[in-house]
Amino acid sequence: MNTANPVLRVRDLIVRFGEGCNYCLQGAALEKGRCPYCHSVWALNKVSLDLYKGEILGIVGESGSGKSTLLRALYFDREITGGEAYISEYKDGEKNIFEISNQQKRYIRNQKMGMVYQNPIMGLRMNFSSGGNVAEKLIAAGIRNAGSMTERAKYLLNHVEVPINRIKEEPKNFSGGMQQRVQISKALANNPSILLLDEVTTGLDLSVQARVLDLIKRIQQELGISMIVVSHDLSVIRMMADRTVVMLEGRIIEEGLTDQILEDPIHEYTQILVHSLL
Amino acid sequence: MDHQNNKQHYNFAFLDEGAKREIRRSILKAVAIPGYQVPFGSRELPIGRGWGTGGLQITLSIIGKKDILKVIDQGSDDSVNAVSIRKLVTATTGVQTTTDTGCATIIQSRHRVPENKMRNDQIMVLQVPNPEPLRSVSPKEVVSRTLHSEAEYSGIWLRLYEGIIKYGHTVSGADHPVMVEDRYVMNPSPIPKFDNPKLHQSDCLYLFGAGREKKIYAVPPYTEVVSLAYEDYPFAVEDMTGRVCKLCGAENVYFDEIFDSSTGEHYFQCSDSGFCARRRGKIGGN
Repeated sequence: MNTANPVLRVRDLIVRFGEGCNYCLQGAALEKGRCPYCHSVWALNKVSLDLYKGEILGIVGESGSGKSTLLRALYFDREITGGEAYISEYKDGEKNIFEISNQQKRYIRNQKMGMVYQNPIMGLRMNFSSGGNVAEKLIAAGIRNAGSMTERAKYLLNHVEVPINRIKEEPKNFSGGMQQRVQISKALANNPSILLLDEVTTGLDLSVQARVLDLIKRIQQELGISMIVVSHDLSVIRMMADRTVVMLEGRIIEEGLTDQILEDPIHEYTQILVHSLL
Repeated sequence: MDHQNNKQHYNFAFLDEGAKREIRRSILKAVAIPGYQVPFGSRELPIGRGWGTGGLQITLSIIGKKDILKVIDQGSDDSVNAVSIRKLVTATTGVQTTTDTGCATIIQSRHRVPENKMRNDQIMVLQVPNPEPLRSVSPKEVVSRTLHSEAEYSGIWLRLYEGIIKYGHTVSGADHPVMVEDRYVMNPSPIPKFDNPKLHQSDCLYLFGAGREKKIYAVPPYTEVVSLAYEDYPFAVEDMTGRVCKLCGAENVYFDEIFDSSTGEHYFQCSDSGFCARRRGKIGGN
């Protein structure tokens, strides 16, 4: 697998809150990701990873380790401080996607990527119909045919088991699990090659959790979409991810096959994490 | 350039020369970039903001002694707002006014474009309450300006789509957004959809003024102005078939529907009162 070209290549990604100082810019030791002198927070500290076609990459780590910041940086929700990322489907993976114009970034966001946020409020327009929410991505991609957008919305909502007769209804009337499924169908609207999932099952009850995970797994198998799944729930990671990276204080401290990480953790923190499983 | 009024001494056209120059400069920029909203320093006037001060400031800045002014409000020359704006301009300039669209050189209007085809030597000034078509997408000016600069209008298209998915047709009535020269999406001010096509490749210059929101924008003559619509739900103006003006018998114009409570009768009347009066041979200036 690793001989193939990755779909997404991330190199030395940095997101820093604060100016930085002579001390922390040199790469000296930080206290929990925070510089002891200038108090800058290094949310992402030179993160590098590869995502291959059709695989699900899991990201685990404690709260504040930079998991969500990583996804948001990749989805251009958050300005980055430094680093590079390349997408094989954009200019043959030769152009750093953080250096292109906002218009081009929007193109990648709308055509090449999908994002499912932990909180549906972030990913959905709660006062627009669920059909409109799915259509938003299609409109952004330049489609100006209402009928074909409605067809696509119906297909996707049906796929994620949202009843089609509720296509006119606003997601604010839906349950949390259903909102999450609308969000997934919205993220899938343009057949993205990369899907980013940020704690999608946190806060859902167990049966709904299982259905959402099943759905994601099925979509991945049917459409061959590459996914990054962020979770602090190791059972979710065990079920979903082929490979897993472990993050701590803005750095990747361990990566490998999911089974390997969970059964034979090397890093001290990963050992603690795995053994805290109830 | 003082103008002598019987009671008080005003500068010609009320505004001071500096203010007029600044507004003219904004107008020139607006004409140079069709559909782009140019910020300007909206002045205090003897009428409240939101009552046509944007249009009024444009009129006061461009008017000259030889101009002939017509002021209409929803098509009518006689509504209170139109009358008081007309009085203010004449009191401070002494220009001639008219209700005849054909005679006017400047027409200030709220919510209507006259039925007569406008000529190249005429200027149409429209009062605008909400100049920003992206305001419903984001309340933040910095966001809407960025979206304009990137020509990112998905939010407006989504609003149109919502009507289609919920009601089977586009629900906008007045102020249906238009694309100007394939670049800027613009609010045409709350004119009915019936008037939108008049902006396209028109002979006259359209100036839009929003006094409260402090923006001026323009559609110069012979500009491409396309009302936004989906391919399978084409733009359509209000259907006026079967309606006839009770006074002048006109068809296929924009109508006011009138209800007479004493007789219980419904009937239609031209919304453009100057047009109607002309057809009936009753037209006047001062």
